[in-house]
Amino acid sequence: MSQSTEHIENTRTVIKPPNPRFKNWKIVYRKLKKNKSAMVGGFLILFLIIVAIIGPYFTPYAPSTQDILNKLQSPSADHWLGTDNFGRDIFSRIIHGTHLTLIVGFFSVLLGGAAGVLIGITAGYYGGRIDSILMRLMDILLAFPSILLALAIVTVLGGSLQNVIIAVAISSVPVFARIVRGSTLSVKKLEYIDAMRALGASDARIIFKHIFPNITSPIIVQATLNIATAILSASGLSFLGLGAQPPQPEWGAMLSDGRNFLYNAPHVALFPGLAIVLVVLAFNMLGDGLRDAFDPKTKE
Amino acid sequence: MTSAPNSYENILELNDLQTSFFTKDLEVKAVDGVSFAIPKGKILGVVGESGSGKSITSLSILRLLKEPGKIVGGEIKFKGENLLDKSEANMRKIRGNEISMIFQEPMTSLNPTFTVGQQISEAYKIHQGLNKKQAKQRSVDMLKLVGIPSPEKRVNQYPHELSGGMRQRVMIAMALACNPELLIADEPTTALDVTIQAQILDLIKDLQERLGMGVLLITHDLGVVAETCDYVAVMYCGKVVEYTDTKTLFKDAKHPYTVGLMKSIPQHDQDIEGDLAVIRGSVPSPAEMPKGCRFAPRCPFATELCREKLPDLVTDEEGNQIRCWIYSDEWDGDPEVNVHAETERTTESY
Amino acid sequence: MFKFIIRRIIQTIPVLIGVSILVFSMMHLVPGDPAQIMAGESAPKEQVENIRERLGLNDPLPVQYFNYVKDAVQGDLGNSMRSGRDVTTEIGARFWVTLELAIYSTVLAVFVGLIVGVISATKRYSFADTSLMIIALFGLSMPNFWLGLMLIQWFAIGIDLPSWVPFINDTSWFKPSGWGSFAQVVLPVVTLGTASAAIIARMTRSSMLDVIDQDYIRTARAKGVKERVVIYRHALKNALIPVVTVVGLQFGGLLGGAVLTESVFAVNGMGKLIIDSIRARDFPVVQGTILVVALLFIFVNLAVDITYRYLNKRIDLD
Ligand SMILES: Nc1ncnc2c1ncn2[C@@H]1O[C@H](COP(=O)(O)OP(=O)(O)OP(=O)(O)O)[C@@H](O)[C@H]1O
Ligand SMILES: [Mg+2]
Repeated sequence: MSQSTEHIENTRTVIKPPNPRFKNWKIVYRKLKKNKSAMVGGFLILFLIIVAIIGPYFTPYAPSTQDILNKLQSPSADHWLGTDNFGRDIFSRIIHGTHLTLIVGFFSVLLGGAAGVLIGITAGYYGGRIDSILMRLMDILLAFPSILLALAIVTVLGGSLQNVIIAVAISSVPVFARIVRGSTLSVKKLEYIDAMRALGASDARIIFKHIFPNITSPIIVQATLNIATAILSASGLSFLGLGAQPPQPEWGAMLSDGRNFLYNAPHVALFPGLAIVLVVLAFNMLGDGLRDAFDPKTKE
Repeated sequence: MTSAPNSYENILELNDLQTSFFTKDLEVKAVDGVSFAIPKGKILGVVGESGSGKSITSLSILRLLKEPGKIVGGEIKFKGENLLDKSEANMRKIRGNEISMIFQEPMTSLNPTFTVGQQISEAYKIHQGLNKKQAKQRSVDMLKLVGIPSPEKRVNQYPHELSGGMRQRVMIAMALACNPELLIADEPTTALDVTIQAQILDLIKDLQERLGMGVLLITHDLGVVAETCDYVAVMYCGKVVEYTDTKTLFKDAKHPYTVGLMKSIPQHDQDIEGDLAVIRGSVPSPAEMPKGCRFAPRCPFATELCREKLPDLVTDEEGNQIRCWIYSDEWDGDPEVNVHAETERTTESY
Repeated sequence: MFKFIIRRIIQTIPVLIGVSILVFSMMHLVPGDPAQIMAGESAPKEQVENIRERLGLNDPLPVQYFNYVKDAVQGDLGNSMRSGRDVTTEIGARFWVTLELAIYSTVLAVFVGLIVGVISATKRYSFADTSLMIIALFGLSMPNFWLGLMLIQWFAIGIDLPSWVPFINDTSWFKPSGWGSFAQVVLPVVTLGTASAAIIARMTRSSMLDVIDQDYIRTARAKGVKERVVIYRHALKNALIPVVTVVGLQFGGLLGGAVLTESVFAVNGMGKLIIDSIRARDFPVVQGTILVVALLFIFVNLAVDITYRYLNKRIDLD
C-alpha cells in the first residue's frame, strides 16, 4: 500500500489508486479453473440455465396436462420420471419448473444482496450513528431464524412466488450488510481513500468508484452461496403451501404433493427433491470454489 | 536405553544428514549432507543466512518434519545411537525428555488455551509419570529457575497474559523441565527486543553450565555466537561450509562466506540478515542451485574449479573443517590469496 | 468477563424492542382489516366488531403496542382466535417439544460433525477425507423436508429386503409421525440435524487444519506428546473455538428448520403450530409463537457469545 500513497504524493494531480483487480481476476480465474468441484458446479449451473430457457420446448408433455387414468405411474419409457396424482408427467414438470427455481434464487439474492450491500457500505463508510442504527436494525432481523422471518413476511404479504422472493430477499439482507460493512471498513482504512477524500472527491464517487470495486469478491462469494440457501428456503415455503400456487410446477410444491403418496408412489416426492439437491449442490460447489479462489491464502 | 551406555564423546553427531521437500515438480534439498558434532556439555552455534536450512536441520534431529519434508539420508547419532533407527514411540520418549527444543516465536509457540502450568506439567506427566499436584509443584520450581517473578501466580496464567520475554522463559522452563541432555534452541531471541535478548541468552548459558547439557544454538547473530558458543558451524544452502571452535573462527575465519558474514556484523548487534550487503548477490533458489560450490556465484575468489566442482568438507589437523577449494591442493587461483583482505573489494558492486 | 456479560445483555435490549415491534406490527402490516381477515370474509359485521374490540384494535397504535408488550412481559400473549385459549397455553407443551427436537438435533449434529471434521482434517486429502466432504456437501445441499420424506419412505414405510438377509424382512424400523417414543424421535432428529452436522463437519475440518499448522502444536510434539493427544487435547480445544459460534448459529437455524421438519413428521411443536395458525389466519398465535422462538434464539446467541468470549481468551476486550 505504501507504494500507492507514494504515487499520490508524487503526482498530486493524477490520482491512480492501486488497481490490483485485473491481475487478481486473472489469478482467481486460474485458481477456479483448477478447482474441479467448482468447475462441475459452474457447468451444472450453465446447464440448468440452458434447460430453464429451452427445456420447456422439448418436454414430452405439457406441464399441466392431466391424465387421471395414468396417475401415479412409476417411471417408464413413456413417463421417464413417472406421473403424479393428476397423471401429469413429472419429468416435464420438473423441466418447466427449472426457471421458477432459478428465478427465485437469482432475484431474491439480487434484491436482498443489493439492499444489503447498500446498507453495509453506508454503515461502514459513514460509521458513527448511522452505522450503529443500521446495524442494530440488522441485528433485529437476525434475531429471527431466517426461514421464520421469511415465513412471517409471506404471512403478511400473502402466499405467492413473488412474495416468496421478497421474503427470502429480506431475510438475506442482514448477512450481506454485515459482510459488506466489514469489508468496507477494511478498505476505508487504506490510505488512498483518505487521500481521495482530502482531495475533495465526493462520497458517492469514493463509494462507487473506489470502495465497491474493492469489496466485490466477498459479495460474489456470498451471493453464490446465498442463492443455494435462498432456493432451499423458497422451496420450503412452497412446500408448506405458502409459496407457489397450484398448478405451478414449482419443485417444493411438487414435493409437497408427493408426500401423500409416499406409500405407493414415492417417486412423486423423490424426483423434485433430487432436482432441488442438484441445483443447490451446484451453487454450493461454485460458491466454495469462488471462496477458495478469492482467498489469497490458498495457493494457485 | 536400558543397555549400558555406549561410550561417546559427542552428545550429538550428524553425519551427512539429508532432508528434502518433495514438491510437485522438484526436490528441494533443504539440508544437503550436513555433518557436525556437539561434544558433551558444549554449545554449538549454527549460523547462516535465512533459508540455509538451520531450522530444518534442527527439526530433522527431533524428527518433527511436516509433509512434504522427509529425511532422505545420513545419520543422527544421539548418545551414540542413530535416531533414524528409532521407532516413533521411542522418539516420543526422547522428545522433551532427553532432547528439548525452543522455538523462534515465543508468541505463538505456547498453546493459548492451556495455562502455563498445564503446559509445563505435561512434560513431567509424560516422561516422569508425576501426578497433577507434583507436576504443578515442579512447574513452579522451573518457573522460579528461569527467573519468572511470583511463579505461584504465573503458573495459573494463560500465555496471553505474559510478555514475549516471559513466554520465552516459559518455553525454556518447559524445555528444561526434564533435564534434557541436549537443548536445541532455534533462534530463541530473534523475536524479542534487544535487552531481553541478552537476558535470555545469559539464562540459557547459565542453565547450560549448571545442568551440563549440550546446546545447539541456531542464530543469525555472530555476536551471540562470540559470547555464547564453544563451537560454530556455518551453513550455506543446506551445507556446512565451515566448522571450528569459536575462538579460531573469530581469529581466523577461512571460508569466504564466513568472512563475509563477519564483515557484515553491524555495529548495533542487529541480525545479519538485513545487512548482508557486504556479500553481493543473494542466496540461490533451490531450482537454480549451482552445480559447483554453492557460494561460487557470490564469492569474490571463485574460479573455474569452484564453479564446476563442489568442494568436500575437509578436516584439518586441529579438527577444524572447511569446505572451500582455496585450502585444497587443487586450488587453481592465486596461491597467495588472502580472504580477509580481499572481501573489502566486494562492496564495490554495491 | 463480568463486564462483558453485562454489556452484552444491555446490547440485546434494543434488539428485543425491535423484535417486539416487528412481531406486533405483523398484524397491522397485513393488507386489509385484520379483524375482517380473522373473522373470515363473509362474517357478519358484529362479529368483526367483536374481534376488533377483543384485540383492542380500536386503540391508537402506540397504545396497542404498549399494551401488547405489557401483557407479553407478564406472559400474556393474547388469545387464540381458533380455540379461544391463551396463546401461552397453546404454546405451552409445544415449546418443549420444539426445544427437545432442536436440542437433540444439535447434539447429533455436534457429535457427528466433530468426529467427521476431525477425521477429515487428520487424514487430509485421503480417500476418507474426500468422501466425507462430498457427503457433507450433499448434507448441506438437501432440503430437510425432502430428506424427511425420504427417511420416512426408507425407514418408516420401509423397504423390503431380499430374502437372503437373515432375521429382518424390511426396514420399517421407525415411526413416520408423532413425537415422544424413541421410534418417533429418530427420524425428525436426523432430518433436522443433517445439514447442521455437515456444516459443523466442514467448519471443524478447516478449523482443525488451521490449528494443526500452528507453532504450539509443534511445541506439543517436541514435548513428546502422543499424536492422539496432540490432536484431541491440544488441537481440538483450539479448533473448537470458532466451531462454538457455528453451533450457536446452527441452533437458531434448527429452530427455523423445525417448522418444516415438524410439518413433515406431524410433530406437534411450535413449528407446526405456526403453520397451522397461518393457515387458519390465527394471528395472535402466529405472533406469539414467532416472538417466543425469536426470544429463544436471542437467548441462545447471547449464551454462545459469552461462551465464545470465555473460550477465546486471546481476544482482548475491545
Ligand atoms: N514446506 C516446505 N516446502 C518446500 N521447501 C521448504 C519447506 N520448508 C522449508 N523449505 C526449504 O528449506 C530451506 C531451509 O529452510 P529453513 O527454515 O531451515 O531455513 P533457516 O536457515 O532456518 O532460515 P531462517 O533463518 O529464516 O529461519 C528453505 O530455503 C526452503 O527452500
Ligand atoms: Mg529458521
